[in-house]
Amino acid sequence: MAAAGGLTAPRAPLVVTRLRLGLVAALMLVWEAAAASGLFYRDVVPSLVAIARALVELLTDGERSFYWHLGVTAYEVLAALAIGSVAGLLVGLSLGASRYLSRAFEPFLYYLGPTPKIIFFPVILAWFGIGSGSKISIGAITCFFPVALSVAGGMREIAPVLIRVGQSFRASTVQMVIKIYLPAMRGPVVNGLRLGLGVAIIVVLLAETKFANRGLGYLVIQSYFRFDMPQLYALLMVLFALAIGGNVLMGRLSAADPRAGP
Amino acid sequence: MSAAAAGRGLDPRVAGLGSVVALGGALEFLIQNRFISRFVVPPPSEVIASISRVILEEEGLYRFLFTAGETFAAGALVVLVGIPIGFLLWRFNILRRAFESWVGALASAPLVLIYPLFLVIFGRSPTTIVMIGFLSGLAPMILKTVEGLSGTRRALIDVGRSFKLTSVQQFWKILFPAAMPTIFVGLRLGMIFCLINIVGVEYLINLGGLGQLVNDLAERNDVAATYAVIGFVILVSVLLFWAMERGERWLRPAD
Repeated sequence: MAAAGGLTAPRAPLVVTRLRLGLVAALMLVWEAAAASGLFYRDVVPSLVAIARALVELLTDGERSFYWHLGVTAYEVLAALAIGSVAGLLVGLSLGASRYLSRAFEPFLYYLGPTPKIIFFPVILAWFGIGSGSKISIGAITCFFPVALSVAGGMREIAPVLIRVGQSFRASTVQMVIKIYLPAMRGPVVNGLRLGLGVAIIVVLLAETKFANRGLGYLVIQSYFRFDMPQLYALLMVLFALAIGGNVLMGRLSAADPRAGP
Repeated sequence: MSAAAAGRGLDPRVAGLGSVVALGGALEFLIQNRFISRFVVPPPSEVIASISRVILEEEGLYRFLFTAGETFAAGALVVLVGIPIGFLLWRFNILRRAFESWVGALASAPLVLIYPLFLVIFGRSPTTIVMIGFLSGLAPMILKTVEGLSGTRRALIDVGRSFKLTSVQQFWKILFPAAMPTIFVGLRLGMIFCLINIVGVEYLINLGGLGQLVNDLAERNDVAATYAVIGFVILVSVLLFWAMERGERWLRPAD
């Protein structure tokens, strides 16, 4: 019953590649067959050629293009990440440094963290309007929780000897944060930022689909309203590639050993 | 604050709750004295007063049950599809090597953005919402099933072999019970993702239970009731999270 693995080690990578290519090819065939069958409503399953054409048009479009909307979304996500992560870092450091504060307030963060933040959007709209401010705000709120919880947890894991070293050098609070705490909990901080970035991207895009006149979320919902299915598929493919790529990049950053040197 | 409170021996949980109550009191004062517009932030007293209205006039209980039904339907699909896929990835090492990283990538993709596509495919119906919830919760279920089965102690498998258990018996009597705690972690994560995305899509497409109620009340500019429903959604998700966490602890008594 144990894992099969009847293949020899040197052949396995080739088989893995073949298996992956085979699945992709099979999916494409099934898709193309579905598109040609007429079983679905017209254009719900467009041909792969139409999707590829839409993808090329999307990426090579002229003014007010995909890249302009990408820039808007990127600005909103990065601003949300900056605000949410700085707030999360400060709160996380405070909670991690004080057992009393942690016991008093961390349960609120812990239980509020998994709530669906998009439902705050009507309230945020009333506060910040329908421009980028509301998207940045909801993104910052969403990003805040994983960063704060990760930093608080990471701070409690710092070896006491490192803290004693800092104290023996009479480091100030700021020096302790910069020289001891942050370098010692680089992993949890980067992981928190990674989670924060992921949820910020999702909530900003969702908010753009609800109320916006710019950004990639707006483009997605406009494609739906126009029933431009090839463009909708193309946009989703690009968005997934960007989100997964960003996540992989943050993962590499998290895994990199700072002591390895250049 | 911490030193002073700790010095007086005030229980931290009381201090935490007290701070929330004090914040509510301060908001009430600032709003009643027009430092903050009540059209943007309603006084907490009005929010509390609107709870009964939300439950009785806005069918709060029915909407809660609707959202809960969608969440459990999506959760059931996650279990029915996620565990067999996880089993296959564990059973056939070559499949695991080929596709486990793809499942991991799926977990980091903003799957909820597919909702306009699902609106076209499934129509503006609860099926769209359930399918979004299902997709969102699938990846953690698969990954944790693989992890749980892979973590089964060799000794337990050997005991099964010594009793000459068949493959099916080995799975149901040894592997599945041993992997159960980790699989439950996947279920907990999956259910949380389901709930988050289901309420989110309900709000975005204005259909279904609590999410739609938030949207309805916001569009009617019933600010106090909007805040009350948001509080209700938070309560529901906190209770679900708490219950799943308790279940997980029950399955892992040694931790």
